[in-house]
Amino acid sequence: MSLDTDDIKAIAKLARLKIDEADVPLYATNLSNILDLVEQMNSVNTEGVVPMSHPLELVQRLREDVVTETDQRDEFQNVAPATQDGLYLVPRVIE
Amino acid sequence: MSNFYQMTLAELSTMLQAGDVSSTELTEHFLSRIKQHDATLNSFITVVKDQAMTQAAAADNALKNGAAGPLTGVPIAHKDIFCTRGVKTSCGSKMLDNFISPYDATVVSKFKQAGVVTLGKTNMDEFAMGSSSETSFYGPVRNPWNIDTVPGGSSGGSAAAVASRLAPAATGTDTGGSIRQPAAMCGITGLKPTYGLVSRYGMIAFASSLDQGGPMAQTAEDCALMLNVMAGFDEKDSTSLEMGIPDYSAGLDHSIEGLRIGLPREYFDAGLDKNVKAVIQGALDQYRELGAELVEIDLPNSGLSVPVYYVVAPAECSANLSRFDGVRYGYRCEDPQDLYDLYTRSRGEGFGAEVKRRIMVGTYALSAGYYDAYYLKAQQLRHLISDDFREAFNNVDVIMGPASPGPAFNLGEKVEDPISMYLSDIYTIAVNLAGLPGMSVPAGFVDGKPVGLQIIGNYFEESRLLNVAHQYQQHTDWHRQIPNNYK
Repeated sequence: MSLDTDDIKAIAKLARLKIDEADVPLYATNLSNILDLVEQMNSVNTEGVVPMSHPLELVQRLREDVVTETDQRDEFQNVAPATQDGLYLVPRVIE
Repeated sequence: MSNFYQMTLAELSTMLQAGDVSSTELTEHFLSRIKQHDATLNSFITVVKDQAMTQAAAADNALKNGAAGPLTGVPIAHKDIFCTRGVKTSCGSKMLDNFISPYDATVVSKFKQAGVVTLGKTNMDEFAMGSSSETSFYGPVRNPWNIDTVPGGSSGGSAAAVASRLAPAATGTDTGGSIRQPAAMCGITGLKPTYGLVSRYGMIAFASSLDQGGPMAQTAEDCALMLNVMAGFDEKDSTSLEMGIPDYSAGLDHSIEGLRIGLPREYFDAGLDKNVKAVIQGALDQYRELGAELVEIDLPNSGLSVPVYYVVAPAECSANLSRFDGVRYGYRCEDPQDLYDLYTRSRGEGFGAEVKRRIMVGTYALSAGYYDAYYLKAQQLRHLISDDFREAFNNVDVIMGPASPGPAFNLGEKVEDPISMYLSDIYTIAVNLAGLPGMSVPAGFVDGKPVGLQIIGNYFEESRLLNVAHQYQQHTDWHRQIPNNYK
């Protein structure tokens, strides 16, 4: 499996990662090598094998729908890059 | 100068309970060792001196008032992946360099409740993605046995700190070998529990179906003491197992006469360094002398563990790390032009190269049209890999082999070649894919570099693993070796 520089730019866009133009070829090489490694999976026929969803074959535990969290907004917003009046600030989205 | 650093958690605990030493003295002792040695090793990202001294004073009060538990007053270190209230929790990343956690991980809060003192937060591969502790934003950790070599990873800071006795024990996490491989390379004892035994709440997520926290210490006996604190149901973790927890120290002294040890042919093939193989063979001979029976077994699909892991782990990491958006916490780029620019530059500048590689591999594997070929296929193979172990455990009690294909490699040796780095976890990854418990135990040296024996158990067989490791340590002293510059 070989990825070219356009593939890398498309994947980076999907992943919301800014990649320096100069680094794109190296990422293309690295990711192609990783996908080559992953290709070894095709050496085994897995037709009919149930995909594993949990190591212990357990299903997701459910809980009662009750309020368990207390209001810690101010404390959580202390570590935010930018807030105002209890809101997170981001660049203008709607002109 | 006292020799507290040469003692195990169990020995320090006995001294504390007898009043032969105070928690304050011990905490000062280890803080001063960190100050003396860590400029070279770089095993800590943050040392919390003042908080540690306050916790030590509280522990001394509890000890005086008869309110102490088995570990009250011993100091340990936490891997910097565990959120610690009021303390920087960076996960080895520039992305979280400014993150002061507003809450405690369950593991951290359990140790606090047990009266254990936190010395600081240990260095690690960025977001636990690596096998050498070189991808940290805070620079590489050095192996105390040979500072030109890596300590393994991703819990390399914890492993180096315990090996050099800057801390008597530490916590770690293991997604593909990140407790066992550094424990092996640093000559300490590490345990990765059954998936779901130790709460993942507040443990910064990498690959949620594989991540598991565990103890890293000098001995199996110490790992049992720590697991007694760490294990147990937590309603805050939706994958935490609802089950009773045994006393992991209770069975340490059981005889292992008649123990059936499975040796996977695949773990002793041409990829294994011949000197490491000889060390492992020596450990197996010791087990035979202790009355164990050695049985050759097959794990036919284990060769696919690395390819399967490099689909599952990146896929889950690409989803988990989407939370780092430059909005709610963590790094934000300067002067963002619009929301897209804010997301992409904050993430592009905040994450290092290995993290970006894995996010991109995962994004690709999960993108439209590729899901069946990658993630679904990998999860099917994961079932086959697990079935191999189930089959094997019908016939044997534990499985043994090397923890790592070679001893510690040189700093920089594999950093440019991701694939060769990935292959250093070839013997540990299958255990995570299957969700099984596994240990690494010091078993000898190759050219002065430690070698670890891996012991794999069936689900929930932590007590047996600890018993099997403890019996070996009663008859060997590899685990008591301290590197020359730290004696």
